[in-house]
Amino acid sequence: MDSFIQLSNFPKIAPYAKLFEQGMLVTVLLSLFTVMIGFVLALVLALMRLSNFRPLRFLGLDRDGHQREGGVLAVISRFNPLSFLATAYVEILRSTPVIVQIFIIYYGVFTLVELPSFQLFGFIKFDRFFPGVVALGMNSGAYLCEIMRSGIQSIDGGQTEAARSLGLSQVQNLRYIILPQALKNILPAIANEFVVIIKESAITYTIGVQDIMSAVNAVKGATFIIIEPLLVATAIYFCLCFPTSKLIAYFERRMSRGDKR
Amino acid sequence: MATRDSLIQVTDLKKHYRMGTIKALDGVTTDVNKGDVMVVIGPSGSGKSTFLRSLNLLEEPTGGAIIFDGVDITKKKYKDASGKTVKLDIDGLRQKMGMVFQHFNLFPHMTILENMVLAPMKVKGLDRAEAEKKAMALLERVGLADRADAYPIQLSGGQKQRVAIVRALAMEPEVMLFDEPTSALDPEMVGEVLDVMKELAREGMTMVCVTHEMGFAREVGNRVLFMADGKLLEEGTPEQIFEHPQHPRLRDFLSKVL
Ligand SMILES: Nc1ncnc2c1ncn2[C@@H]1O[C@H](COP(=O)(O)OP(=O)(O)O)[C@@H](O)[C@H]1O
Ligand SMILES: [Mg+2]
Repeated sequence: MDSFIQLSNFPKIAPYAKLFEQGMLVTVLLSLFTVMIGFVLALVLALMRLSNFRPLRFLGLDRDGHQREGGVLAVISRFNPLSFLATAYVEILRSTPVIVQIFIIYYGVFTLVELPSFQLFGFIKFDRFFPGVVALGMNSGAYLCEIMRSGIQSIDGGQTEAARSLGLSQVQNLRYIILPQALKNILPAIANEFVVIIKESAITYTIGVQDIMSAVNAVKGATFIIIEPLLVATAIYFCLCFPTSKLIAYFERRMSRGDKR
Repeated sequence: MATRDSLIQVTDLKKHYRMGTIKALDGVTTDVNKGDVMVVIGPSGSGKSTFLRSLNLLEEPTGGAIIFDGVDITKKKYKDASGKTVKLDIDGLRQKMGMVFQHFNLFPHMTILENMVLAPMKVKGLDRAEAEKKAMALLERVGLADRADAYPIQLSGGQKQRVAIVRALAMEPEVMLFDEPTSALDPEMVGEVLDVMKELAREGMTMVCVTHEMGFAREVGNRVLFMADGKLLEEGTPEQIFEHPQHPRLRDFLSKVL
């Protein structure tokens, strides 16, 4: 009986090295763009969730213009549509499988929206790559939103009170006081999300994104060899993720040391 | 009654929580005159912070009125002299009231100088050179000019609070609100902060101070307010309050703290 791994298979898949190389580039680019989209989306979502936008506020005011203390009207007056929408988005994306989201974006949204079919770097099919980035970015945004939100909420309320009592507006407070401190705190979490996406993005080969997994698939199709290309993919993923997380952990330690200055 | 140089008039101010089951403020009426050094004393939970924080709307009162510069700031909208309805400019209002907190609340990601110039630059529109010059002069006054480039974490509690005071002064407020500014300090640092506050009082700054420093109240205050259970139970000169207290709650309180 053949053994599980056959060394003689490696020379047979060697001619496809270029595919893995390209796959690695796609995976890294895909993950970078995903985190960028996810970051921006998460920031918007988190600010929506924490916003104080209450268009029905007037319902909560009594006849001489003071805030009502309770009752149905006071509850309705606190309704914040922005926060509601953001919360719904986050909960839906976190409660459904990524692959379903990717398929809906690729087969649903991007069959309605025609994408130009050109190739980045001469080999990355834009009409596959782009939906992949959008779908993963939307998913990642939902998860990063919660990180962002807790990062913002972890900043002591006294900071906002001091800023506001100096006359800074809500927006100025966010921009100069809250976000700089919150982002510094969550930077490691965002970097870790990059590592998570490197692994999760493997799923995008299902819509034809030419990432590392798709290289495995291509080799399998051409040579009927499966285990050895998978091992190559494993090695590449590990070499991408392991050093990156160690690096993040290192900087995290250094940063927290800086705080105790 | 509102006098000629009255700055803030507070009428029947209420702050209720949970359908009125908690009355943090239960009908407080008083007024702050220009140049007053008003000291608010009372047991913990009596509503002192709520009163102070209502003045610059860090808390939204649920009843009553606060007239500041002729406008009831507890209302979101008001009619101006020409009868036009205008929205209350809360940010503009807060610039005129400096506030100093128990826990300093310096911005830890900024140097002392950056802490000082942020609001003058972003809110008042001063250019950096101008704002820094003013900030350095203020830091000089409290003996901290040499720490301008330090971060808050490198300062002692007393130094932080002195910075917090001049940071508020940099906005040139009409009144300064202090909420237990020395309560978080080690005993040996209380004096340096009180000294700064005394100097401010001597210069004629209008101040409302919540404090447990009875010595300060006696020496510097011209009016002392005693609060309990959200109510203003007694008000008078330091002499009246400390030498001839009337209300049993005040007598009881003084017997514990003096
Ligand atoms: N957000 C809140 N919800 C419910 N009760 C509150 C809230 N904030 C303050 N209180 C209550 O209001 C009362 C007055 O509080 P505070 O003004 O902080 O008192 P002090 O500063 O005199 O110690 C306290 O009994 C406190 O428990
Ligand atoms: Mg208090």
